[in-house]
Amino acid sequence: MNLSYLFDPEHWQFGVAGGFPQLILSHLGYSALALLFGVIIALPVGLYIGHTGRGSFLAINAGNAGRSLPTLGLLMLMVTLLGLGLLPVLIALTVLVVPPILTSTYAGMRAVDHSVVDAARGMGMRPWQVLTRVEFPMALPVIMGGFRSAALQVIATATVAASVGLGGLGRLLIDGLAVNDYSRVLAGAIVVAVLAVVLDLFLALVQRWVVSPGMSGQARRAAT
Amino acid sequence: MITFDDVVKVYPGGSTAVDHLTVELPTGKLTALVGPSGCGKTTSLRMINRMVRPTSGRVLIDGEDVAGQDEAKLRRGIGYVIQHAGLFPHRTVLDNVATVPVLLGKTRREARAAAIGLLERVGLSEEFAKRYPAQLSGGQQQRVGVARALAADPPVMLMDEPFSAVDPVVRGQLHAEFLRLQQDLGKTIALVTHDIDEAIKLGDRVAVLRQGGILAQFGTPQDLLTKPADDFVAEFVGRDRGLRSLSFDSAAALPVRPPAEAPDLVLDDAGRPVAWRSVGDLGGVFQVTDSLRVVTDLAISSPVGIAVRVDADGRADGIVSHHDLADHLVARRRESASA
Repeated sequence: MNLSYLFDPEHWQFGVAGGFPQLILSHLGYSALALLFGVIIALPVGLYIGHTGRGSFLAINAGNAGRSLPTLGLLMLMVTLLGLGLLPVLIALTVLVVPPILTSTYAGMRAVDHSVVDAARGMGMRPWQVLTRVEFPMALPVIMGGFRSAALQVIATATVAASVGLGGLGRLLIDGLAVNDYSRVLAGAIVVAVLAVVLDLFLALVQRWVVSPGMSGQARRAAT
Repeated sequence: MITFDDVVKVYPGGSTAVDHLTVELPTGKLTALVGPSGCGKTTSLRMINRMVRPTSGRVLIDGEDVAGQDEAKLRRGIGYVIQHAGLFPHRTVLDNVATVPVLLGKTRREARAAAIGLLERVGLSEEFAKRYPAQLSGGQQQRVGVARALAADPPVMLMDEPFSAVDPVVRGQLHAEFLRLQQDLGKTIALVTHDIDEAIKLGDRVAVLRQGGILAQFGTPQDLLTKPADDFVAEFVGRDRGLRSLSFDSAAALPVRPPAEAPDLVLDDAGRPVAWRSVGDLGGVFQVTDSLRVVTDLAISSPVGIAVRVDADGRADGIVSHHDLADHLVARRRESASA
């Protein structure tokens, strides 16, 4: 294994076009935008379907269909339709992250104990209050699980941006292959993998912070 | 007062859950709705706070039709306790109890301060305040459920099988504590249960419902035990209802003989009964405030067939043999038959 490209300090300088910091930032940028759009689309739909129980076939089928779409193929189709640019990449990546967020939101909502919702309604919470104060916090552990899996997928897949002329860590793979520089390809693969692991650890911390201790294993049943 | 006025509930698909129910649950009393599954008791309860809408007829609280009221506001004024408590698992015990006051516009701080007092009322110390429901036993969760329902001090409370998810020993404790609490608070309570013993123990009034949502009998627990309206009620109340009905009769009217008529009874210097000379063990004593059921039990289980009555200081002041008791019960039966 030739790690010379990865450990070359020149490639780690800030502000250098094609250097690791700049590639990581743009890679994270595409991923974050796709996740943002994914949450904006999938979270309300999943909450609505889970809260009302209406249209559950949509959540399940959209989930399955979305999963089977090849991101690279979709990206090429979008480029053909819309031309080069950021938009086709964001669409393709958003289509990738919507299914896990949608299905986990729906699943989390359906798993909320019905008697707790009944108690909330019976105590005089309005439907919106039941959703935001009871159902959502109770579904959050499952929703966070779906979000983390979406984040991992998008970090791994955002390399496709480079295939249509954009930046990101995919540049190292595409350019490295083009000039038979396997040290560069290896560096790209390693950085993507490390980035995914670090991001997942970060999201695990976020999850601990936003999910109530009562919902996780942290509040274990006292011996009685 | 909660009034059911000719209430019918037919579910889509045609099954009748409640069939022309007309009944009044008196203010400040606990009314138990009891019956086999499918008798419409829970449906009836849920029509009081509009969780279920009647197909026809009206449900009124203190003369006001609930149908005209804003659902959420109506429910905030009615305590609601369900089986398994239905606590919010993501909130601490304290925040669970503070739920309704916060909905009513109190600050979280005020509501939490008041919640501590409520936890004490249901027998939970302050150390439970910061725990989550998953860290409590079933009985403790149920107590929190009651505290949560009491938080806004509602005049009316609805309880749906509140004690059926806990083991019999804990249930007995919860019953006793709850009766004490209700004696202080005097809420108007509708309580659903499938357990006739629970209904008789807790209810000031009992409404027995039968399959198809028909009211079979409404009355005091004593009415049910002594004058069941029909075979269904008689059977539902159980075979030993004669014995159980004695729980409602005071021993005050029971004639006793002077203790001297039982020479076998050993007394200490103060005149307190100690034992039976021939067999030893005394078995137990009763006071004038006890029920005939207690006396009957003593007379039957006593080795010499005699129950001993004591005064407030524990001194023997009378004896009853099981023959005397049987005569009294027969006479009492004749009296109530001719009345």
